[in-house]
Amino acid sequence: MLVQDMEQIFQDKIDREIKIEPKDWMPEAYRKTNLRQISQHAHSEVVGMLPEGNWISRAPSLKRKAILLAKIQDEGGHGLYLYSAAETLGFSRDEMINDLLSGKAKYSSIFNYPSLSWADMGAVGWLVDGAAILNQVMLCRTSYGPYARAMVRICKEESFHQRQGFDALLVLSRGSKEQKAMCQDAINRWWWPSLMMFGPKDSESTNSDQSMKWKIKRKTNDELRQQFVDMIAEQIKTLGMVLPDPALKWNEARKHYDFGAINWEEFWNVVKGNGPCNKQRLAARNKAHDEGDWVREAAKQYAEKKRNRAKEQAA
Amino acid sequence: MHSSLIDYTIHLADSTHILSQRNSEWCGHGPILEQDIAITNISLDLLGQSRNFYQYAASLMNNDTNEDQLAYMRSEREYKNLLLTEQPNTDWAHTVLRQYFFSQFQFLLFEQLQNHNDPQLAAIAAKSLKETTYHLRWSGEWVIRLGDGSEESHQRMIVAMDALWAYTGEMFIATPYELISGIDFKALNENWLAKLQLLLAEARIPIPENTYFQTGGKTGTHTEHLGFMLTELQYMQRTYPNCEW
Repeated sequence: MLVQDMEQIFQDKIDREIKIEPKDWMPEAYRKTNLRQISQHAHSEVVGMLPEGNWISRAPSLKRKAILLAKIQDEGGHGLYLYSAAETLGFSRDEMINDLLSGKAKYSSIFNYPSLSWADMGAVGWLVDGAAILNQVMLCRTSYGPYARAMVRICKEESFHQRQGFDALLVLSRGSKEQKAMCQDAINRWWWPSLMMFGPKDSESTNSDQSMKWKIKRKTNDELRQQFVDMIAEQIKTLGMVLPDPALKWNEARKHYDFGAINWEEFWNVVKGNGPCNKQRLAARNKAHDEGDWVREAAKQYAEKKRNRAKEQAA
Repeated sequence: MHSSLIDYTIHLADSTHILSQRNSEWCGHGPILEQDIAITNISLDLLGQSRNFYQYAASLMNNDTNEDQLAYMRSEREYKNLLLTEQPNTDWAHTVLRQYFFSQFQFLLFEQLQNHNDPQLAAIAAKSLKETTYHLRWSGEWVIRLGDGSEESHQRMIVAMDALWAYTGEMFIATPYELISGIDFKALNENWLAKLQLLLAEARIPIPENTYFQTGGKTGTHTEHLGFMLTELQYMQRTYPNCEW
C-alpha cells in the first residue's frame, strides 16, 4: 500500500474518533510528537517531585505532611504510567531518562521555579496542578490510546491535588496576618509562571495545527489559558486574595476575563535553561541517578545470580 | 500506671515519627522510581502510625494538647524515639538495614501488643501490623539483594552493619515505662536475633561480635543527629506558634 493511502486510513480513523494503538501504522511525525509529549510529561511528574519535596521535612502539621507525602508519591506513580505509555512508541525508559539527565529532553518549565514558603505547597496544588488538569482533561480524549488511558487515571488524582492545594491556601487565608501574607506572596510568585504553562501564544506555537488535526490536542494553548484565567479569577474570590495583574477584568462582551501581557522573554529564558532552578533540578536528578547506580547494578547482579541458581537446581 | 502508658505511647509515636522523617528525605531522590515510591510509602505508613499513637497519648493527657503539640513542641530531651530511628540515611544500604532492624522489631512487638488489655493500644498495633508486614518483607528482600548482590553492595552492607549495629540493642533494654507493655523483652530479643540470623545468612553478612549497645533514646538522651532533625521538623510551628495549618 502507498504511504499516502496509509496516511489516509490513519487520518480517517482519527476523524472517526478511533484510538490509535501501539501496533497500528502511524506517520513517523505522529509517533515522534507523541513520544516527545508523553516523555516530557513523565519527566515533568518526576522533576515536579522536587519543589514539593523541598517542604516535606518542614511541613507545619502531621496532617499536612501526610497529604504532601501522598501527593508526591502520586506524582511518582504518574511518572511510571507515563513512561510505560511512552515506551509503547519504541523508546525505552532508560533512553528517556538519559535524555532528561543530559538536558536534551525538556520537562515543564514551571518546576524551574523555587518553592520558598509553606504557602507554595498550596499555590502549586491550586495553580500548577489546576493548570495541568485543564490540559490533562483534554488529553483524556487524545488520539493515542495508551496516553489517553493513562490520563484518565491521572486526572482523578490530580483533581484531589488541586483541591488539597486550595484547601491549604484557604486555611492560610483565614489565619494570622503572617499566614495571609504568606498566602498572597505565594500567589504573586506562582501566578504568571502558571499562565506560561500553557505554552506560547497560538500565533507562535509551531506544532499546534498538526497536533489539532491529529487530535493529539483538542484545544489551543490560548483557549486553555483563557479557561484557566476564568476559573482562577472566580476561585480567588473565596480566598479573599488578589491576582497580581492590574489588567485582570471581566469582559462582558467576550464573556471572559481579560488579562495582562505575559513576560515571554522570561518564558523563553526559563525554557532555554536560564530559570531560577534549572541547574539545581537537573543536578538533583543526576545526583539521585548517579548515587543509585550501584543499587541498580546490585539488583541486576542479584537477579542474575538467582536465575542461575534456579537453572542449576533444575539441571 | 497512667503516666507509664502515656510515656510508652509517646515512645511508640516518636520512633515511628522520626523514622518516617528520615525515610521521607529520600522522596524524589531514590535510586529508581519504583523504590522512590516504595520508601515514600513506608514513610507515609509510619507517619500514620505515629499520628495514631500521638492522638491516643494526647487523649490520655486530659488537657488540650493534640498530636501536633506533641510532635512539634517538645525538645530533644523530651523525645523518646529509639536512637536507631534518628540515624542518617547515608546510603541505600544504611536505609534498608535500618528499616529491616526496626520492622522486624516492630513486627514481633505488634504481634503481641495487638492482644494488650488496653484496647486502643491493641487496635493501633493490629492496624499497624499489616503495614509492618509489608515493610519487613520489602526491607528484608533489600538486605539480601544488597548483601548477596555486587561486590560493592556487599561492602556497603558491611559498612552499614558496622554503623548501625550498636543501636539495635536499645530496642530490647526496657525502660521502666515499657513494663506496661507486658512484653518479655528478653524473649523478644531472642526471636529477633533468630530471624536476623536466618536473613543475614542468606545475605552473606556476618553479625558483629560487639554486644555493647548505645542506649538513651527512650529516656531522652539522643545522638547529635536529633537536634538538627527537630530544628527542621519544628521550624514552622516554632516560628508561627498557635496557628492552624
